[in-house]
Amino acid sequence: MSSAPTEGFQRSGPAGRTGNVLEVRDLSVEYIMERGTVLAVDEVSFDLAPGEFIGIVGESGCGKSTLLFAIAQLLTPPAAITGGSVTFLGRNMVGLTDRELAAVRWKDLSVVMQSAMNALNPVKSIGSQFDDAMRAHGVTSKVQIAERSAEVLRMVGIDPIHLKSYPHQLSGGMRQRSMIAMAMLFTPDLVIMDEPTSALDVVAQRSLMVQIKELQEELGFAIIFVTHDMSLVSHFSDRLMVMYGGVVAEFGATRRVFDTPLHPYSVGLLEAFPSIRGPRVPLTGIPGSPPNLASIPPGCRFAPRCPKVMARCEVEPPPLYEVDGTLVRCFLHAGEERGND
Amino acid sequence: MATLQTPPGASEAGAGAGAAPGGTAPAAAGLPLAGGGGSISGARSLRRMGRAITANRKATAGTVLLVLFIFVALFPGLIAHDDPQAQIYPRGLTPNAQHWLGTTSFGQDLFAQVIYGTRPVLLIAFGVGLLATVVAMLIGVAAAYLGGGWDGTLNVITDVLLVIPLFPLLIIIGSYLHGAGTAVMIAVIAATGWSYTARQLRAQALSLRNRDFLNAAKVRGERRLYVICVEIIPTMTSLLVAAFLTNALYAVLFSSSLQFIGLGDPNVTSWGTMLYWAENNEAFQTGLPLWIIVPGLCIVTLGAAFALLNYAFDEIGNPALRPVRSMRARTTRLAAVNTPVARRRPRVKRTD
Amino acid sequence: MRYVLRRLGFFALTLWVALTLNFALPRLMPGNPALAILGKFRGGISPQAVKVLEAQFGVGTHQNLIAQYFSYLGNVARLRFGSSLTTQPGASVGRIVFDAIPWTLGLVGLTTVLAFILGTGIGIVSAWWRGGRMDSLLPPVFVIMTVIPYFWIGLVLILIFGVKLKVLPYFFSYNFSLTPGFNAAFIGNVAEHAILPAFTLLITTIGVWILTMRNTMITTLAEDYVRMARAKGLPSHRIMLDYAARNAILPNLTGFAMSLGFVVGGAILIEEVFNYQGVGYLLLQAVNNEDYPLMQALFLLITVAVLVAILISDIATAILDPRTRAAG
Repeated sequence: MSSAPTEGFQRSGPAGRTGNVLEVRDLSVEYIMERGTVLAVDEVSFDLAPGEFIGIVGESGCGKSTLLFAIAQLLTPPAAITGGSVTFLGRNMVGLTDRELAAVRWKDLSVVMQSAMNALNPVKSIGSQFDDAMRAHGVTSKVQIAERSAEVLRMVGIDPIHLKSYPHQLSGGMRQRSMIAMAMLFTPDLVIMDEPTSALDVVAQRSLMVQIKELQEELGFAIIFVTHDMSLVSHFSDRLMVMYGGVVAEFGATRRVFDTPLHPYSVGLLEAFPSIRGPRVPLTGIPGSPPNLASIPPGCRFAPRCPKVMARCEVEPPPLYEVDGTLVRCFLHAGEERGND
Repeated sequence: MATLQTPPGASEAGAGAGAAPGGTAPAAAGLPLAGGGGSISGARSLRRMGRAITANRKATAGTVLLVLFIFVALFPGLIAHDDPQAQIYPRGLTPNAQHWLGTTSFGQDLFAQVIYGTRPVLLIAFGVGLLATVVAMLIGVAAAYLGGGWDGTLNVITDVLLVIPLFPLLIIIGSYLHGAGTAVMIAVIAATGWSYTARQLRAQALSLRNRDFLNAAKVRGERRLYVICVEIIPTMTSLLVAAFLTNALYAVLFSSSLQFIGLGDPNVTSWGTMLYWAENNEAFQTGLPLWIIVPGLCIVTLGAAFALLNYAFDEIGNPALRPVRSMRARTTRLAAVNTPVARRRPRVKRTD
Repeated sequence: MRYVLRRLGFFALTLWVALTLNFALPRLMPGNPALAILGKFRGGISPQAVKVLEAQFGVGTHQNLIAQYFSYLGNVARLRFGSSLTTQPGASVGRIVFDAIPWTLGLVGLTTVLAFILGTGIGIVSAWWRGGRMDSLLPPVFVIMTVIPYFWIGLVLILIFGVKLKVLPYFFSYNFSLTPGFNAAFIGNVAEHAILPAFTLLITTIGVWILTMRNTMITTLAEDYVRMARAKGLPSHRIMLDYAARNAILPNLTGFAMSLGFVVGGAILIEEVFNYQGVGYLLLQAVNNEDYPLMQALFLLITVAVLVAILISDIATAILDPRTRAAG
């Protein structure tokens, strides 16, 4: 594996004053339907430094995938961004048309989706899907395209002969890895991944994660990794964000959040995963079900299920508080410094 | 998808349902079920359908038209006062006060003919609709549920019948029979036309096969027939209704075509036979265009009623097909291409 | 390859069913229809033709049913369909049919292909540019277009363009005072006579393709690989064609094949209305004259034509969809 990408495919460094790859501010997404609107993401904010790995975890329906696609500007009706900004490499992407975004797409920001069987065009060979991505960004030389395609496949451990294969001819793990290879084509600054391991078995999951981490260390891109499997991502991420009901519940350094979760929801999540080595404790789940986002109750969204609920929680929605560098949205930690809300 | 309007699409492999003539897309997207699956009873899904119908404009239009036609078919005497067959009037009159549509070359009142002609058409439509749908349902569900050899055999029969050109076959049968009255026509059209909808119903039944509520019934020890009749069929209500509409539409078009060529019963006044007589008497050249235009328009309108209802059912079943509601800011035309951005409605922040 | 072979097997089966229907139907009808006819025309047909007819209809032979069946199949294999009873009494059915084929092939064949291509194109575009007032207005229009009876719209067009405006001819396939030949005048005349029937067929069949394609496109546009194509920054025409349309068209190709049966029906009616001497017109004449041998031969011909068209679309599907090749 070469340590420096081929000429022409090197990364353009992060622009912008702050040096952050991504700055999300008060991003909100609503699903606008005839029956009413559903608030899927409610004023989420965070920053992403170059080369950083952020994991976003939460239950189904908490808005994490919606958030991801909103960042990448890949939403489709009836979903719409209803507020906030997404500043990528110094440029606000919200409201730009696909044509305006095309220059940045894939070159600086690429996407890995959950199921490669669905995300890869079934009637085109792997090679031709690499090919059209490159041609869309001005690479026309057949030789260059062939070389780079082979190069990225080798990076993920696939024999380049499979460029001629169709998606259905590859195994699940190979498909997923070729999707990751495709995301590496231009050595982007940011790769966002939507549950890329969920469709695989446990062993393949682990090996894929290791592969992703290796690629990241070698090529230096930032990652936003969405998953429902907290324990899996916590071995690899720098910071961990826990989402609930469309808002950020807790956000901080992975080790801190994992070892000492502050939000009752994070506590519940972690207790739901038994430790393979620790003492045997009875499994506790989190009773109740996620909030109905079509009619959000006043107060904290987790209040109906929270074992530590207080009277205040049912009336007033808590803002984010900062505790030792971790942001947590819970009145238990009120009286600490208010985090950026 | 209750998409029975399009030409059959998708592979024979089942999960993508085939489709029927004249309408919407093959169910490439999988099949939404009436009542959302589970053990929702037929009654509840009917109520849900009722609500969906009133909400959808196409469905309302289709229903209104259909009810109108049914009324005319049931009580023709209330609307037209002349005997349609009576050749007592002056021939070839243009519309006037006594004869709203004029008269035919034989001296019959055209308006009366059109009104009285509604009943045979609707009889055939509903007759074939019911008969063909029942046959299709039995064969489709049996094939899906019994599986294995049964499935294979029934499938081959269905596919062969799908491929054989039906209209020429109908012509030949009609010719051997020297013309067909209403009952015969219903029987013959239903016997040849069930195959389109059978494929659809089989596909949906297949997708239901492994769902939990069926496994629960099996565990309870219910017999196969019971499961088919009591559990599966009510869940397929919306698709069955769509099948009925498709078969009815197909019956209207085919029967009028057969009548037009002269293979119907010449003594029955129906829109198709009117067109047959009109063409044979050179209606256009003799200045009686209404004789051809009006019955044809009736066929189109009745067909449109069925087709609109069918299309509306597609939309109800598959929300992706509904008209995309235009959002504020630059969404509309480019919605398929760009990420929508909408102005957010201000929320009242609670302070306490 | 195996896929194509399997389809061929299916077609052979269908053809066999059609042949058997031809054999069985007259025998199932009350009173053998051929009896009366043969009685009427016995004088004007060659003895050999009579034998063929007898095998077809089981009249006056001493063979049992099975033997009749096999001799019928044997005759068909040797393309011996007997003689037409009425069209040109004594003339071989094969010859008569053969003369009519080019007209239908030209009119119906070309128009259908055109309708499919146009309809698919419009469907793709109408699915791509969704939203706005057009989106709720157009589909019902297309739906209504699909329920118009073929023959009626033909008649209306004749009224407008032929009788009232007197712009276009609407009778026969060409002006009989001209002699057929490959010269400009004749070809021009043929084209002129084909305009109205072709336009009728186009209007009535195009609605189906538009709706089908539009609906599969809409479904396909929601797929993950289309989102992925957007994420890659591909230009929108490429996404529309290479990712969405290429996948959406696959079920439609099968649909094209299946609904050929209806196109055939429509073609028959249109040929009747315009007196266009193709295969359909011939069939209806045969029906009116109770010319059963001709009818049966035409039915077989139409079935074979439909099967061939389906085979072609299956091959096209195999070419466009690598998954069918793998499934075998």
